[in-house]
Amino acid sequence: MPEAQLRVFRGSPGSSGRLVDYDVPVEEGMVVLDALHWVQAHLAPDLAVRWNCKAAKCGSCGAEVNGRPRLTCKTRLSDFAEGEPITVEPMRAFPLVKDLVVDVSWNYEVNRRIPPFQPPPDRPQETWRWQQEDIERVQEFRKCIECFLCQDVCHVLRNHETERPFMGPRFLVRAAGLEMHPMDTADRTSHLKDEGGIGFCNITKCCTEVCPEHIKITDNAIIPLKERVADRYYDPIQIAWRKLRGRGSETGPAADDGNAP
Amino acid sequence: MKETIERHPHDVLVVGAGGAGLRAAIEAADQGASVGLVCKSLLGKAHTVMAEGGVAAALAHVAPADSWQVHFRDTMVGGKLLNNPRMAELHAQEAPDRVRELERWGAVFDRTADGRILQRPFGGHSHPRLAHVGDRTGLEMIRTLQDRAVGAGIAVYMECTISHLLTQPDRVTGAFGYWRATGRPVVFPAKTIVLATGGVGRAYQVSSNSWEYSGDGHALACLAGAELLDMEFVQFHPTGMVWPPGVKGLLVTEAVRGEGGILRNKDGERFMWKYLPEDRRHEYAATDEEATTWVEAQSAARSTDARRPPELSTRDNVSRAIYTEVREGRGTEHGGVFLDISYLPAEHVRRKLPSMYEQFKELADVDITTGPMEVGPTTHYIMGGIRVDADTGATTRQGLFAAGEVAGGMHGANRLGGNSLSDLLVFGQRTGAGAAAAAAAAPELRHIDPIQVREAERDLSAPFDRPGRADPHRLHEELQSTMQSQVGIFRTEADLEEAIRRIGDLRSRWPDIGISGGRPYNPGWDLVFEVRNMLIVSEAIARSALQRRESRGAHSRLDYTEPDPAWARLNSVVRLADDGLEVTTASVPELPDELRPLIETE
Amino acid sequence: MAVTEVPAKPVGTARQGLGQTSRRDAWWVAPGVQATVFTICATYLFVSGILWTPIFGTAYEVDGYLSPLFSPLITPDWLPSWISPGLLILWIPLGFRATCFYYRKAYYRFYFADPPGCAVGEPKVHRWYRMETALPFILQNVHRYFLYLAFIPLFFLWVDAAIGLRDHEGHLRFGLGGALLFVNAALLTGYSLSCHSLRHLLGGRLDCFSCTARARARHTAWRAATWFNVKHMEWAWASLISVTATDLYIRLLALGVIGDPAIRL
Repeated sequence: MPEAQLRVFRGSPGSSGRLVDYDVPVEEGMVVLDALHWVQAHLAPDLAVRWNCKAAKCGSCGAEVNGRPRLTCKTRLSDFAEGEPITVEPMRAFPLVKDLVVDVSWNYEVNRRIPPFQPPPDRPQETWRWQQEDIERVQEFRKCIECFLCQDVCHVLRNHETERPFMGPRFLVRAAGLEMHPMDTADRTSHLKDEGGIGFCNITKCCTEVCPEHIKITDNAIIPLKERVADRYYDPIQIAWRKLRGRGSETGPAADDGNAP
Repeated sequence: MKETIERHPHDVLVVGAGGAGLRAAIEAADQGASVGLVCKSLLGKAHTVMAEGGVAAALAHVAPADSWQVHFRDTMVGGKLLNNPRMAELHAQEAPDRVRELERWGAVFDRTADGRILQRPFGGHSHPRLAHVGDRTGLEMIRTLQDRAVGAGIAVYMECTISHLLTQPDRVTGAFGYWRATGRPVVFPAKTIVLATGGVGRAYQVSSNSWEYSGDGHALACLAGAELLDMEFVQFHPTGMVWPPGVKGLLVTEAVRGEGGILRNKDGERFMWKYLPEDRRHEYAATDEEATTWVEAQSAARSTDARRPPELSTRDNVSRAIYTEVREGRGTEHGGVFLDISYLPAEHVRRKLPSMYEQFKELADVDITTGPMEVGPTTHYIMGGIRVDADTGATTRQGLFAAGEVAGGMHGANRLGGNSLSDLLVFGQRTGAGAAAAAAAAPELRHIDPIQVREAERDLSAPFDRPGRADPHRLHEELQSTMQSQVGIFRTEADLEEAIRRIGDLRSRWPDIGISGGRPYNPGWDLVFEVRNMLIVSEAIARSALQRRESRGAHSRLDYTEPDPAWARLNSVVRLADDGLEVTTASVPELPDELRPLIETE
Repeated sequence: MAVTEVPAKPVGTARQGLGQTSRRDAWWVAPGVQATVFTICATYLFVSGILWTPIFGTAYEVDGYLSPLFSPLITPDWLPSWISPGLLILWIPLGFRATCFYYRKAYYRFYFADPPGCAVGEPKVHRWYRMETALPFILQNVHRYFLYLAFIPLFFLWVDAAIGLRDHEGHLRFGLGGALLFVNAALLTGYSLSCHSLRHLLGGRLDCFSCTARARARHTAWRAATWFNVKHMEWAWASLISVTATDLYIRLLALGVIGDPAIRL
């Protein structure tokens, strides 16, 4: 039986950690997560790996395989040349918990601060009507499985200390899903600009490259949001026009033409 | 050194953050209770994300003839009338409201041409009934509920395992567990506890379930003195992946068949025609042509007089059919059968089944728009569970509630696809309300017995004192192989007795388990308590299966191949007695008179 | 709802410093190639548009063909001969491309190493990073105004291409130079129509596409813009190269280095 040489990061907070080699017998169709499980069951029962569904649906098993953020349940051993060592490291943008597990709780804090979905007041028994074309954009964003690989690869979160926090691509995607929802009435433009720090994003698209759900994060979520922020804060003609018409920040279905502010 | 254990008191503690747990927590918080929500994984990763096809609710958007009465009838018929009729009734009546409510909370379901929620057909449902979002409905649901729960200010304790329930003689008083990241113990004193821990699939080798599905809630409830119901009814989903080995058991959504997927054996025969039960044959298409007409109408979202294809028979039936084909030598090279959707336009397949397309392309190098998938049965769901009160989710133990897959009664002997997501919503909401009301009626938090906490702590640390002894992975593997081979789709008395003996043997080895490494994030250590739970649940399944000497729904006995009228109105009941698990029966609750006409024709 | 401060992200364990990475693939190839092509084109266009004619006197218009760098041709009397007329036009496409959502990605990566590649470390100098929240890069938000302006020379490029169908004697001819002018105008049109800002302004800013008749019309426009936008990168490179090639072709014609193969009627 052929073997794969796995080089797995082992370490705890405080220690610098090290890469440990494990030889793993390879079966057809095996993915990196299978190999890690084999290591757990046979060589290192205390190897910490976060995973749930093993079907690329829950987004728990993100790690950096040969330096590239991937879902380990979707990364097949057959993608690597035989004899080539396969390095598995934790998502580096976040603090280490142990081995391949990192502390992603910050992401949940960011999420909690996004103004939630706010429907217009109506009768609850009434059926909402909208067309499929109204929600295709939103549905793309709602495919997100929160693996946080985009947060991990985003150089703003990974390499920079910014003067104000930056929410990161995952939550720009979430905000876009709310902002473009045909029934949402909340306004998140100032949140995006100020608390969310959308200006820190310099659209270098690494988030889009690593997204296992193939969400076009930059083109479909972040740039349209940047343009909405520009509408509000950086477009002198639009600002003047709004002042003239005496309108502030209406949004959602109530606004004429379904316009964002 | 004596350090005080971290404590988080709440009115209502919800264990499990899948659809049912989240919905219960939201409801309890809405009723004004202080709510804590504990989950083994990160928030939003629960097994609900794996649900694909949709949530069943008689909205009647696609088929105006649909109603809660028809949904009720389908559910009862699918469950072979072993369902708790009150649960089936509440479920059918309230599911549409729960779905509309989700939409009010931000869920974005696919639409009909006139802009309402689109519904797709599924096995055993008389009408297209499943509200869906492509084939990632579960993700949509859990994200919507998660956002709602976070917005409601519910305290969420992530990656925290509950290993023990704390009790007083008259009621449950709290829960004890540990933080997985640090291994440190934590106590949650609570007036009421809602168990919403999902299922037991990891007791089997081939399963569509994630590692979390180790029957924790079933076992905790049983240990705390509550009763389990109908544990012999384990649903084997007909279509799991069979190749490559690494993904064996991974779910292939029933939506593939709902969209027109055809099952064939290796000879190309559309074998489902042979396996339609005679008394139901009139509900299915008579010819390939009629089935094709039906599929075309579905694809175009128009109504039709054509009847549904035979592949949309109930899950228990399709599973047995596939299993039989393979056993009789008509299976594929890898021990499955072919499921083919490639005769439909590629664009349509990619739009309606995006994650299936992705899953096969990425994991099996199969393009489902050009070729067939290979599929076979996989352990998917347990119909049985903790015995609960239909209206409130209260178990037979004071202060303890249960909702979702961990609760029993709703689905009878076989669950219809799509009824689980609606189950989570309907009974999540009801149980949340029930637990909040019971908590409000309880004057104050009860005293936590320090002896129980000390014992629980000792249980936690004991495996570290025995390194080099029994390995939890080996015990788990042996259990899985026993359950797969002897308590699987087809069962016999000899197999079941052998399984019970082997499970007993594993139980006697469990106290010997030793663990190496430290407490922080140690998966071997996590497995110790999961194996304990799986052993309890597996024994409950095997003993219940042994007791039911008939074949009904998902429970198929090779030595008793027919339904036995003597068992038609009996549920199995398991409870913990002094000398182990005790199995008895209880009468199925009587059908109220006003519901009787709905299923009288059966 | 009360706005609460987003907490700072706790520090991770990523390797810092330019080029620090665990990646083993040749991540630097793509930015390397892009930087080379971009630098060559940009330098050439700068030299040709601003310096070539004032210094060497080489013509930018020959036999009915006008270089796209000088379109529309504005040569007021007061313009001293040492200032190229290209200067009056070139700031528009320069600004349009400098603030373009695609080129930003490309040059932030290959000129600023910010980041040099995905999951690749950056130079330490980036510690003061404020990016597009502060000057100068906050000015990228004016992209849409360059878009509006860009349609002016774009219109004249088509006019020039049509004019290029006749030689200086007024005879109809189908020359390689004319073909280049048309291709260039087409590629620049594709580049402009694929602009992210255009997509936003046409319909992206709407939340509901089916709510009104006007919204439905704008949805149609948005979908068309989306069709172009998916290939914005390709439009950007193709049009950059076509502008460079067209100008070079006309310069070489003017210098007599090459001839213009043509069918003359």
